Amino acid sequence: MPENRKTVSLSKMSIGQKGRIRDFLVESDDCERIEEMGVTPGEQVEVVRYAPLGDPIEIKIRGYHLSLRKEEAALIQVEVLS
Amino acid sequence: MKRMSSLALQSTRQSLIKTVALTGNPNSGKTTLFNAFTKLRQKVGNYPGVTIERKTGTLMLANDRVVNVIDLPGMYSLAVRSPDEQLARNVLMGRTHDTPKPDLVICVVDAGNLERNLYLVSQLQDLGLPMIIALNMMDEVEHQGKEIDAARLSRLLGMPVVPTVASQNKGIEELKQLISEGVTVSYQRGWRMAPDLEEEVEHLVRLLVQHEGMDRHQAFAEALILLSLGAKLKNEEKKAGPTQWFYKEELIRQINMIQDRLHLKGLRARTAAIEARYDWIKSIFKQCVRDKNKQGEDLTERIDAIVTHKLWGWVFFLGIMALMFYMIFTIATYPMDWIDAGFNKLGDWVTQTLPEGQLRNLVVDGMIAGVGGVAIFLPQILILFFFISLLQDTGYMARTAFIMDRVMSRVGLHGKSFIPLLSSFACAIPGIMSARTIESPKDRLVTILVAPLMSCSARLPVYTIMIAVLMPAATGMQKAGIMLAMYMLGIVGACLMAWLFKKTLLRSQKPVFIMELPPYRWPSWHAVVIHMWERSRLFLKRAGTVILALSVVLWVLMSYPRHEGLQGSEALKASFAGQMGTALEPVIEPLGYDWRIGIGLIGSFAAREVFVSTMSIVFNLGDEAREKSLREAFQAAHWPDGRPLFTPLVCLSLMVFYVFALQCVSTVAVVWRETNSWYWPLFQFVYMAILAYLAALSVYQLGRMMGFV
Repeated sequence: MPENRKTVSLSKMSIGQKGRIRDFLVESDDCERIEEMGVTPGEQVEVVRYAPLGDPIEIKIRGYHLSLRKEEAALIQVEVLS
Repeated sequence: MKRMSSLALQSTRQSLIKTVALTGNPNSGKTTLFNAFTKLRQKVGNYPGVTIERKTGTLMLANDRVVNVIDLPGMYSLAVRSPDEQLARNVLMGRTHDTPKPDLVICVVDAGNLERNLYLVSQLQDLGLPMIIALNMMDEVEHQGKEIDAARLSRLLGMPVVPTVASQNKGIEELKQLISEGVTVSYQRGWRMAPDLEEEVEHLVRLLVQHEGMDRHQAFAEALILLSLGAKLKNEEKKAGPTQWFYKEELIRQINMIQDRLHLKGLRARTAAIEARYDWIKSIFKQCVRDKNKQGEDLTERIDAIVTHKLWGWVFFLGIMALMFYMIFTIATYPMDWIDAGFNKLGDWVTQTLPEGQLRNLVVDGMIAGVGGVAIFLPQILILFFFISLLQDTGYMARTAFIMDRVMSRVGLHGKSFIPLLSSFACAIPGIMSARTIESPKDRLVTILVAPLMSCSARLPVYTIMIAVLMPAATGMQKAGIMLAMYMLGIVGACLMAWLFKKTLLRSQKPVFIMELPPYRWPSWHAVVIHMWERSRLFLKRAGTVILALSVVLWVLMSYPRHEGLQGSEALKASFAGQMGTALEPVIEPLGYDWRIGIGLIGSFAAREVFVSTMSIVFNLGDEAREKSLREAFQAAHWPDGRPLFTPLVCLSLMVFYVFALQCVSTVAVVWRETNSWYWPLFQFVYMAILAYLAALSVYQLGRMMGFV
């Protein structure tokens, strides 16, 4: 039921959760860099794990693993899929 | 150049390819391919004016044809935000002075990570150069049960695609064949942005072609960069700006007008191109890749479940680090003894061969002893670089950054600063060299500036002798405790200074931590050996030049001017170094030191452990001073008024001084090389000297106030 799908920031997702990237909250060099790594709107993303100290976060996107700090992940809006 | 309306590149066979540029994402196996191409015919240097390493080599083709190979830094994007990217772009476009414009680009693509790797390919296409794709690590793809249709990929991209497994030399001959025959490429841009945006880009392309005389490929690539700058182009940006083109006033006005129009229409030029490229890549990916059987967990996931585990992750991490240091401090001591013995033998041989005199003293005591004192660290450096390249090539290095990032971010640093700092416990030189993996220049500089605060192995002899004088009767545990305290002091100092630098001098935005966690792979031993060889060669080269020269200078300082009839410590006191020590006495007296310790400090600038040998000369112990006799001499040393010189407080103050001071010409030389300037090593030297002085001063003075002696 797509109308029930929640949009949260990537940093709020739990381990194993999947989602679809919607948008970036701001426009900046850092966001551009993240997008260049393949984190673009419409793409599916999965939270793999958090580092032992809780930050950074590891995600799976386009078939590879990427880690970014929660601070940056908070800028990415994700539509939760599962 | 023909000016066509579409951006197609048609190139016929170029039969005489002289220069090939290798490019690709990090972890794509680019270095392995470079090694396979060039074997040991490699040259490592720096690009002029920047600190980026310049790696070139030669490839031998049939009939003795020689092709130059340029290994560009691994990168994810050709945007011009980092010096690496800017350099790569300049080399590819033939804008770098001493590097010829490549006739062919080989882009190494990790077949297992096709989508993201093709992003760089799509950017490279904009430049309109003849190109080949080396579709690397095809074995992994097959292993995962995937199939890539290379022929179709080649058709869709309009350039040759060669499946390779560089680590097993597969596909290398095919690539060589293509290079010797020349390649035919025929591609055009497959992606489109919103029509409004395309129109503005086209407008700008026309302007650039008109005003700057660029060809259409250059102009298109340049237009995209200009429009994605976001900010307006200002006058001063003409020179310092990322594109380094000197635009005419009129053109800048026009560009800013285009920026305004885009802004009004709400078009985000900077991300539109990225998204359009990835859409195009997705369609190619879907046409070329087939997933036959979807496997669940792969090996990497299973390893990561352990090594990034909340408990086992730390156990594994500490285990690896402990093993590394164990090897550095134990195994390395055997070859270090051999090197020591070798240099001693060489010294003896020269002593017997050369006639007695100043020349012999210069060669034996100055040159051989000086270079030997530094070359002795080669085994430690080899072991450290063995571990570093192993950690890097297997993919574990990225995990150490992943689990340590939180800790490092507390002082404003990046997870990637961790390994350089850790390595500096063995020796700051490889530590500083390994800071190259940090992309942000400012973070890298901060890491380099604080790295020598980590207590390196050269401080060990000094700590050992001082602890022996301080507490002759102490148990092993107590001694280890003091030793540990010194190490901790260095760590705390490094954290504080890093934090301070990040707050003030090298203030930059919080470092972004966007890091790929590559799949685990078996390291290529060949690459590990080449890496170790390269690093040790650079190290020895330095030992043979800068350190040799400085050793001679120090020897002269300690041997001249000569006075007839003076021997040992008397002669030393009369020497330049002795005079400097005496002149230094008023300055270092508040720390509790006399002129003799002053000479020791001056001698330590060659290398810290020289303190021990210098002090043996000062106290007339001859060359072969044993630790015990030196300890007794220290305990017997007095000020002229009869006070003992080496009180516990002085020992402590001296140790603290050694924790903080940058007494190592090799480090100064390596920082000079790595930063390409004299400013930073000098700055580092001065700040560490001030820090050491203040710390030793407060230990001694506060200690005295509290009633210690």
